[in-house]
Amino acid sequence: MTGNAPASLLEMRGIAKSFPGVQALRHVDLSLRSGEVLALLGENGAGKSTLMKVLGGAHRADAGTIVIDGRQVSFQSPQDSRGAGVAVIYQEFNLVPVLTAVENMFLGQEVTRAGFVAKKMERERAAALFKRLGVEVDLEVPCRRLSTAQQQLVEIAKALAFEARIIVMDEPSAALTSHEVVRLFEIIRDLKSHGIGIIYISHRLDEVFSIADRVTVLRDGRNVGERPIAQITRNEMIELMVGRDLKDEFPARQVAIGAPRLEVTGLRRGGSVRDVSFSVRRGEILALTGLVGAGRTETARLIFGADARDAGEIRLDGNLLAIRSPREAIAAGVGLLTEDRKLQGLVLAHTVRENFGLPNLDRLSARGFVQLGREREELGRYVEQLKIKMPSQEQRAGHLSGGNQQKVVLAKWLARNCEVLLFDEPTRGIDVGAKYEIYLLMNQLVAEGKAIVMISSELPEVLGMADRILVMHEGRVTGEIPEARRATQEQIMELAVA
Amino acid sequence: MNHTLSRWLSDYGMIFVLLLLCAFFSVVTYTEQSPTGEAAAHQVVSAIRQQFGTTPRVLIAASDQPGDAAFAVAVEKELSASGAQVLATVQGEPKHAREALVKISASGVQLDAIACTQAAGAWRVFSDLKADFPALGEPRLMTPRSYRWPNFLKSENLLNIANQIAVIAIVAIGMTMVIITGGIDLSVGSLLALSAVLTAGFIRDFAGGVTASSGGMLVACLAAITLCGFIGAFSGAMITRFAIPPFIVTLAMMLVGSGLAYILAKGQSIYQLPDSFVWLGRGADLMSLPNAVVLMLLLYALAHVLMSRMKLGRYLYAVGGNAEAARLSGVPVNRVLMFAYVASALLAGLGGVIMASQLKSGSATYGSMYELYVIAAVVVGGTSLSGGEGRMFGTLTGAFTIAVIQNGMNLTNVESYTQKVVLGLVILSAVLLDKIRHGR
Repeated sequence: MTGNAPASLLEMRGIAKSFPGVQALRHVDLSLRSGEVLALLGENGAGKSTLMKVLGGAHRADAGTIVIDGRQVSFQSPQDSRGAGVAVIYQEFNLVPVLTAVENMFLGQEVTRAGFVAKKMERERAAALFKRLGVEVDLEVPCRRLSTAQQQLVEIAKALAFEARIIVMDEPSAALTSHEVVRLFEIIRDLKSHGIGIIYISHRLDEVFSIADRVTVLRDGRNVGERPIAQITRNEMIELMVGRDLKDEFPARQVAIGAPRLEVTGLRRGGSVRDVSFSVRRGEILALTGLVGAGRTETARLIFGADARDAGEIRLDGNLLAIRSPREAIAAGVGLLTEDRKLQGLVLAHTVRENFGLPNLDRLSARGFVQLGREREELGRYVEQLKIKMPSQEQRAGHLSGGNQQKVVLAKWLARNCEVLLFDEPTRGIDVGAKYEIYLLMNQLVAEGKAIVMISSELPEVLGMADRILVMHEGRVTGEIPEARRATQEQIMELAVA
Repeated sequence: MNHTLSRWLSDYGMIFVLLLLCAFFSVVTYTEQSPTGEAAAHQVVSAIRQQFGTTPRVLIAASDQPGDAAFAVAVEKELSASGAQVLATVQGEPKHAREALVKISASGVQLDAIACTQAAGAWRVFSDLKADFPALGEPRLMTPRSYRWPNFLKSENLLNIANQIAVIAIVAIGMTMVIITGGIDLSVGSLLALSAVLTAGFIRDFAGGVTASSGGMLVACLAAITLCGFIGAFSGAMITRFAIPPFIVTLAMMLVGSGLAYILAKGQSIYQLPDSFVWLGRGADLMSLPNAVVLMLLLYALAHVLMSRMKLGRYLYAVGGNAEAARLSGVPVNRVLMFAYVASALLAGLGGVIMASQLKSGSATYGSMYELYVIAAVVVGGTSLSGGEGRMFGTLTGAFTIAVIQNGMNLTNVESYTQKVVLGLVILSAVLLDKIRHGR
């Protein structure tokens, strides 16, 4: 020990973990110093989540050691890990929706006095923590009524409440708006100054550059690189992750834009969608952007018939559509790729083949009987085209990585041959390689004369992929940028905060 | 390879448990069997022919139990056909045998053999013939050879198990569909009673009671089943249109159905039914398989095809697996749920008809607690109560597991109260086993 190097807070050595049929981690090393932000990068399926689950006590490693503060530890459960000062904030938060922020923060470690929960003390401690974080969160309402950003703050406060020294954040910015991300970074810097070590997992490389001190990259369950942030470029990062060089993040396309295909006028539902009108043309990708909660997803759901609209007309190629349910929308040629593929896009416990067949059974069955041969053969074609990685068509959808799940959802809708596709955050939580393939596919679809409405919070994606941009704010369309290629992020943000 | 095996095990693992139970009860009930019926008769007749030639003088004795009676009739027929002289055929009690022996003694004819079942051979009247009836000569007692075989594995016992469980197994088909959609149907027991009462009531009041024709009975049965279907449609509408939890809706319909059954039956049993009405419940037309069992197997085959091959089956699984994802994939979720509840109610109605036929009467007391046995059969069969998973033949296996345990305990004289305790624990361990197999 040289003495002046910062002490190592966490050392994971030779961690291995396998699942039936998959070697998820092969002798992975990871080290974290006190007061450091370590970015953990890798494509989906590279083993990041598994490694963090081992650290969080959710999985037991087959081999390897974990040393925290120089003491070797062995985690049998999440409680053990928490006891050792590790807090893992998963992408899907671990909050009980009906409990308040305070109740969630002290869940399992309630402050008690003579066997009764000392509510007042808990509340005071919670208020003090939120004050330290410099944010205001309503402590009395059930967590389900808090925004995503607020729920994340509750998770961070919860970690601080049990004095965590190591905080893992898995895609913390995925559901946040740009403003909220800025705030999150301020908090992370504050945590650093208190000597807390942070492992930051993200697919957004810009963020990694602005917050991380060091980068560790995993590929196929192995360490492929570890560098201080100052000694790596964006392209090097991508190359390490995908194992090959990537020429351009957004593939170019040359598509002639034609007549309007989908026309929406006066769409309205309560306070979430107020008088939205727009059209999208043959061969066009229209981006619908804005802050989370601006009414973008809600608009897409109204067009798709997932929710009932109060007013509004929807036309496809000039013909009025009377869409009252997703079934009718699909029959009319409209498809919706939902924002949350786990909750809305897939039946996770069922096989890839069954999921693929779901919107297509009308076509793939005769006299009520499913034509299994045709179903397998069609799916086989899309598996090849979209490069879906899976052991077999009978694999459970829930066992696939995020990128492959999204590709399965895409395959569902491609097979349906919809005329208009509504893509809600099509690349959320997906690795760089898979993103590129999805972009290529979108280009191919518009080249076939389809029309695409793409909802996205990632401004580089909006600028890189869209022909035209529509910005929403509080349920209204607040601006249109006709030439997306010439737009800037600042221009969009101005309209988004209106 | 390993994956296929574990998948197969999780789908059909319960069959092994069932086979183990059968093996266990076979060992436990392995005892001396005294044969009766035609096979035993044939054996005795050939023994008589061997020892006494073709024209022996014979007395036939048997009790009036069904198997023994068949034995007596068959022996008499075979012996007479071959030219033997049957002096008397006794079907009943020892005193009848004594009367017959006294009569033969008095006539001065000598007797060569007494052909009897093992039970009759043990009658005291035959124990010392030389002393009691010296005039008869030295007649020999001819009984069929006894053999060792498990009571459990006797074909009539096995058929009995199948017949006993047919009603629960048929109702469990509908329950499996409902549970696969993530719901539950507590009303099936009550609908079963209602259907039994309606069927018997319709036959009594509109089809001519004991003189009802087959056509009249058929219409009465179909009407009762259809009415149950309407109640299922009502439950389904409450669940889909007003989003009331299935547990609550079907709990309410359980009370409504049971109450209606008591009102319609006026608290009594309806028994004014023709003898031919028992055809469905007690008859056995196909290779001596009970008709109810044949119907059960047929329905399972159809349900299996529906669930595994048809679009509707896929939709049922999808709705239970993730209703929102299914809806956004264009599955008509409400129609699918309606189908499940109507199917469950129709099958409960059919169960009621079968039960009325088995018991040749209709009463509001039928089917009490059946919803729980039906749910138990489904769950033991490996269907997940959280929906989206389950197999039809799993449910059939589950129903048979329950029936075999009950039957086995009856054969080994376990008290009925104890049986309940055991059954409860078995259901729990079956589900536990399932959890362990799926790696918790």
